[in-house]
Amino acid sequence: MGRTIHREDNMAKSNFTRRGLLRTGALGGAALATPTLFTSRVWAEAHTGFTNAPQGDTVTLGFNVPQSGPYADEGADELRAFELAVEHLNGEGDGGMLQTFSSKALDGTGIMGKRVEFVTGDTQTKSDAARASARSMIEKDGAIMVSGGSSSGVAVAVQALCQEAGVIFMAGLTHANDTTGKDKKANGFRHFFNSYMSGAALAPILAAQYGADRKAYHLTADYNWGYTTEEAITSSTEALGWETVNTVKTPLTQTDFSSYIAPVLQSEADVLVLNHYGGNMVNSLTNAVQFGLRSREANGKQFEIVVPLYSELMARGAGENIAGILGSQNWDWKLENQLGARYSGTNAFVQSFGNKYGFPPSQAAHTCYVQTLLYADAVTRAGSFNPCAVDEALSGFEFDGMGNGPTLYRADDHQCFKDVVVVRGKENPENEFDLVEIVEVTPVDQVTYEPDHPQFAGGSLGSCNPGA
Amino acid sequence: MTDQTTDTGAVRASAPKTKAASGRVLGLGGKDLSLFLLVLGLALFAPFILNPFPEGSALSQFNAGYPDLMQRFVIFGIFAIGFNILFGLTGYLSFGHAAFLGVGSYAGIWMMKLLTTNVIPAIIGSIVVAGLFALIVGFISLRRSGIYFSILTLAFAMMSFALAYSVLTPITGGETGLQLKYFDPRILDAELAPGNPPRANLFGLNMTSSYELELGSWVFTFNAGYYLAAFMMLLAFYLSIRIFRSPFGMMLRAVKSNQNRLNYTGISSKPYTLAAFVISGMYAGLAGGLLVAMDTQVGAERMFWTASGEVVLMTILGGAGTLIGPVLGAGFIKYFENIISKINSTVLHDWFAFLPDGLENVVVAIIYPFVGKGWHLTLGLLFMLVVIFLPGGLVQGGQKLATVFRRDKNAGSVESDAAKKQPGHPGE
Repeated sequence: MGRTIHREDNMAKSNFTRRGLLRTGALGGAALATPTLFTSRVWAEAHTGFTNAPQGDTVTLGFNVPQSGPYADEGADELRAFELAVEHLNGEGDGGMLQTFSSKALDGTGIMGKRVEFVTGDTQTKSDAARASARSMIEKDGAIMVSGGSSSGVAVAVQALCQEAGVIFMAGLTHANDTTGKDKKANGFRHFFNSYMSGAALAPILAAQYGADRKAYHLTADYNWGYTTEEAITSSTEALGWETVNTVKTPLTQTDFSSYIAPVLQSEADVLVLNHYGGNMVNSLTNAVQFGLRSREANGKQFEIVVPLYSELMARGAGENIAGILGSQNWDWKLENQLGARYSGTNAFVQSFGNKYGFPPSQAAHTCYVQTLLYADAVTRAGSFNPCAVDEALSGFEFDGMGNGPTLYRADDHQCFKDVVVVRGKENPENEFDLVEIVEVTPVDQVTYEPDHPQFAGGSLGSCNPGA
Repeated sequence: MTDQTTDTGAVRASAPKTKAASGRVLGLGGKDLSLFLLVLGLALFAPFILNPFPEGSALSQFNAGYPDLMQRFVIFGIFAIGFNILFGLTGYLSFGHAAFLGVGSYAGIWMMKLLTTNVIPAIIGSIVVAGLFALIVGFISLRRSGIYFSILTLAFAMMSFALAYSVLTPITGGETGLQLKYFDPRILDAELAPGNPPRANLFGLNMTSSYELELGSWVFTFNAGYYLAAFMMLLAFYLSIRIFRSPFGMMLRAVKSNQNRLNYTGISSKPYTLAAFVISGMYAGLAGGLLVAMDTQVGAERMFWTASGEVVLMTILGGAGTLIGPVLGAGFIKYFENIISKINSTVLHDWFAFLPDGLENVVVAIIYPFVGKGWHLTLGLLFMLVVIFLPGGLVQGGQKLATVFRRDKNAGSVESDAAKKQPGHPGE
């Protein structure tokens, strides 16, 4: 038996290797020969010299937004804004902010005559998923620019990816100092304001409204945005006399904050600062109100709740719990109506957004819309889609008419500098879209900082990367 | 893993012959060899196979031949092959395998941060660390079997996730995750200019570098990282064949068929199951290390229990206990996750634009829940169909198809042997 098998072994073996060898040889030869037989795309790209240079008469942008998870509401609104921006760039609709934008390079014929197309992806507010989604946009769909997102963790992850791949990243809603601080990148740009600016704008108003001898308890979302916001708020309120009694980190995936709120009652704090955003903030604020914090008295003072980063969407989610609570915003849809022509562009955008979707846009929508227009404008002014040319056109760019007043895209860190809006939840809202009132607008000078400020130290822009 | 190679190598002479074993190249019997060559061919020509539709055509939506997804196919293939060594052979269902993948990823990125951006130390480091972690988890979990074992591994995985997500934030970066920075120590590498992102490479060959071949309107991308991962997958696949065919593999099958009987005959099964557990953990570590080598960032989410569940789905969908099944299952699920999930209502409306308006909306309304964000639903239905009608997974489906076209209805197929619960080897 053993011998028989042995003989079969030998026969089959020789057969197999011969055929296998021939087959592999032929295939290998073909594989080696093909590149020389056909024109390769590498040669075509040598003329343009950067990743995903637009071919033909269209250009593809990638909009990577959270469509699930705690920031899904923001993501949906961002996507609406992107669609609107693409419409306006392609000369459809009423043109929105193109009419008020101080730069007149855009004329509604797409970007440099190429019609704008876009692909969308779901970040799930997870850095892994966001990178996978952005990579497929860049590698499969040929996106020349990636924008969107509603989390700083995601923004930092995707920004690093774009730097590596050699495409431009126009950050969506990201508020952590890190995005243009220690994790800043030459290919990344942020229009949205940041934690430091929130602290600088909020602290004087908090001190004026609630007094200078307050004891604050912080609940902080456990990722980079939470950390920098906590740092910014504690340092700027402590500078005005407040005391920080405790800071507690809460997981981003948390939906019930009861176990975090209960210890607040035991502490000697008289202010609760919720460094939460989106669904997190809606839940933690609701829990805090359920625990009776709003009607509570501590240290002989009325107990107060502060939400450093505010939005209309969150206010809608939190319902009447939001009444009277202070916070800061990048932009609000009522700015131009209430504070005049300095904030021109606001009404133009609100009107075209309202016409299309039937309700006013959130600040997430605003920043994404503006970022798309700014990118298109920079490409047009530079006369090239090359990320390095865009970098040059955007760095140090001063503009107006985008709803925030005169704004500077600082060259040192690719951060926009503009006024910050301090808002408060309305006691008696008239409708579900008008939930916050503007308390004050902090002028840009008060929230400007040096590029090497300690809260932003430790990173470097590096040089722009055109990829390919 | 090297231990295992020598182990199987040393006992090759006594290794059981497969039913139709007729030739041995690289120590593989004829049918195993053809299976290996099939996988080799698939891996080598994946850029062509996965991009069947010309660029810009409506069907290019279904192309999957871009580096990110190709890398995922082979990396999760490795993950599933490793899982199958445990589940397919011993029948021990681990619900926490993503923990080893995650631990491997963290080990890999720390090797890149501390030593060098060359991926070799990162990959070795991730295999070793995941193996050690698997040894600890396995040692404890394998005290129980069946559902208790599954629950124990699940508990370990959730614990690891919670640790990575919050408690160990200084090491794991928590929610933000870990990335390479230009100011990392990297003691073996030259210092980079400020702001210059470090890149994963293989002795200078950048993992992200690609060569694009344009043939008419087709574009094929050959990516360095993909071929490294594919090479690793082939190694992993080869090793898994050798394990399946070794006396060690036989012993593992004996554990699956009747562990009590094995114990009564005086054989302690624990060392075998523990070895299988550690090997399978090392496979997961390799997959984790490769994920980092391809895309230099780690998020804790990859350790979440859903990721552990995914590899179970992959293995069962492809065919647990078969050799190629897990690879097919991994490809299948990743394809759904990345391609079918991209089909949104706009795309559907484009496809059915030729229909009259009312009908178009009806058709789109019917299909829409099953694509885009609803891809889980489609996958779930397919999974149910497979489990009910093809308990042997996609491999069994392939066999059924093959018998239809084969003249000799009784001929055994390539996988028939592996798919069997208790392979009989009368020659032994």
